[in-house]
Amino acid sequence: MSRIALAVVTVVLLAAIPGYLSDYSLGLMIGLVTYVTLASAWALFSGHTRYVSLATVAFYGSGAYTVAVLNESLPYPLVLLCAGLIGFLLALIVGLSTLRLAGIYFVIFSFGLAELIRQLITWYEVNVTGTLGRYIFLDVTARGIYWQMLALAVFTIGLSAWIGRHRLGLALKVIGDDEMVAAHSGIDLSRTKLIAFTLSSTIITLAGAIASPRWTYVEPSLVFNPTVSFLTVIMALLGGANRLWGPLMGAVPLFLLFEWLSVSFPDTYPVILGLMFIAVVFLFPQGLLSSAEAFRNRLKGGTA
Amino acid sequence: MTRMTRRKAMTALACATAIGFSFASSAAVAAEPPIKIGYAVAKTGANATGAGITTIPNYQLWVKEVNQAGGLTMPDGKKRMIEVVEYDDRSSNEDLVRAIERLASQDKVDFILPPWGTGPNLAIAPLMDRFGYPQLAVTSVTDKAPEFAARWKRSYWMLGGGHDYAVGLANVLKAAKAAGTINNKIAMVSVADGFGIDLVKGARPAFKDAGFEVAYDKTYPLGTSDFAALMNEAKKSGADSFVAFSYPPDSFGMTKTAQSIGFNPKVFYVGVGGAFPIFPKVSDGKAEGVMSIGGVDASSPAIQDYFKRHTASAGAPPDSWASAITYASLQMLQQAVQRVGLDHAKLANEFSTSSFDTIIGPVKLKDNQLRDLWWVGQWQGNAFKGLDPAGKTGAVPAVIPKPTW
Repeated sequence: MSRIALAVVTVVLLAAIPGYLSDYSLGLMIGLVTYVTLASAWALFSGHTRYVSLATVAFYGSGAYTVAVLNESLPYPLVLLCAGLIGFLLALIVGLSTLRLAGIYFVIFSFGLAELIRQLITWYEVNVTGTLGRYIFLDVTARGIYWQMLALAVFTIGLSAWIGRHRLGLALKVIGDDEMVAAHSGIDLSRTKLIAFTLSSTIITLAGAIASPRWTYVEPSLVFNPTVSFLTVIMALLGGANRLWGPLMGAVPLFLLFEWLSVSFPDTYPVILGLMFIAVVFLFPQGLLSSAEAFRNRLKGGTA
Repeated sequence: MTRMTRRKAMTALACATAIGFSFASSAAVAAEPPIKIGYAVAKTGANATGAGITTIPNYQLWVKEVNQAGGLTMPDGKKRMIEVVEYDDRSSNEDLVRAIERLASQDKVDFILPPWGTGPNLAIAPLMDRFGYPQLAVTSVTDKAPEFAARWKRSYWMLGGGHDYAVGLANVLKAAKAAGTINNKIAMVSVADGFGIDLVKGARPAFKDAGFEVAYDKTYPLGTSDFAALMNEAKKSGADSFVAFSYPPDSFGMTKTAQSIGFNPKVFYVGVGGAFPIFPKVSDGKAEGVMSIGGVDASSPAIQDYFKRHTASAGAPPDSWASAITYASLQMLQQAVQRVGLDHAKLANEFSTSSFDTIIGPVKLKDNQLRDLWWVGQWQGNAFKGLDPAGKTGAVPAVIPKPTW
């Protein structure tokens, strides 16, 4: 009970801070909450099943692009609804056709997906509409974006917690441990994976839709930036992708670190980023939370 | 709790006094506080090439020159040095937006210089407007400039729109057709990206109005590296004029392909990259007669001097399209500060209404836009010279047909 109270107080505090922040700090918080959402949503599917997906930006970008296409013809809440729906349908199609792939094949496919969607949109815009580059003129303030993103983050973590305690979560864990065993114990593999993948992807699409009014101008090469996918994965892995708070624990320090690096070392940033990726994979293969737990257990073992 | 002894208190007091004095003395040495100028440009990612050629070298050159001369002159005649705050936007609009927020609300810079490219400039326009900073959006090619200038009152659009460049090219070709040097067929290829689409959309009706038949009209995806098929088909189309609305790597690739397959159209026009200083080297020393976007008045002493200074500072000459305009926008800023100081409203008013003396000649914006630009240029001798508008000071007549490779 006290845990829930703590969570509620934290969320209320987080919701109240924009009034005390400068524009830059608010921008920082938006980025931070966005990556917490992305990493948590990513882990919702990939954390348990261990299907490493590099498709994050495919959905994130689709969300942003949906807003760019519809923002002048529909009211904002409907635009968000459409974005969620498009993410849902897209995830359904992609999931149905690919979740039978396993291991490295799925990774490669998911990486290709972002490029595929980008090229499809480009082809459509060039040959059908004859415009590339769309404008988002919405009266959504930075605060509005922050609150929406915060709500989505809370929803995502809440959903993860709920799933973790229910049959779906257990089924996902079994699939992650051994698909063969899962199939033999009567788990409907495709259905379970599809549900988790669709939920995760829809949330990511919504995140893209919510963030997009900050960019004003949207074109495929800008919104389908593969770095987003890589950052999401590395954040979730750093914290521990199979734990509820893991993605958050990875996203917060890494996001702040990246921001600090890009401000302090603008010229060497990409090199440091690459080294960081390697370091995370080598030093914390199970994630920070697991490492911290192991360390604590060792300490206990030493004193006992 | 420990009680503070008298000795400790005295030491602390002495320290505080010393620190106070050192602050006071340093303030006395620096007569005027520096002017903080900030910018966030792409040092990495997709936009880094463009920013590295057109934007960053000019910012650096200008800041160096101003500081060597003792700083920016204020209306009261005092000089203030420039202190630069720079960030890498990693070619991501999200990072760019955050960097601008940081410059405005955290670093509280006096002026923000624009990023490179149309998309990035649009991404920051609402923010710049909200913070009240004037935005000299130099490297933005957009047909919607009038609309944007009306939407964001302190934004200035200085590189025209795709339509302008297409019409300029149509004018040059129309004159050549009237003189009987080229036939009425054009082979046109364009990159499937913002720039290519904008230009091709303007070019199709412009060529038609000028009495041309577009015998070959193809788009190719961004990142294409093999142009043999495209160029062979263009060669077979029977057109005397080859027009490519392309990006730098494509412009270079097409030039090399045309040379290797012996494609010698009478007019050979490539998009961005054609006016880069490296182009003569890329074309194996055979740039003569190649047309492209932009141009400079190569006979102007101010431009010649600017090319020399740029080469000395950056190690390479500037490109002959947006570089000189970028530098001119900085001169505008310098002169505006000297006239009205750093107040944003006054600066904005100055940019909108006054005229400035720059390396591209006197500049006066019309409805917050620079319209006195070169639309088409051509390599003649060792310089990329402006052809159109033909009435503009320094315009040279076009060399058609282009000498064979």
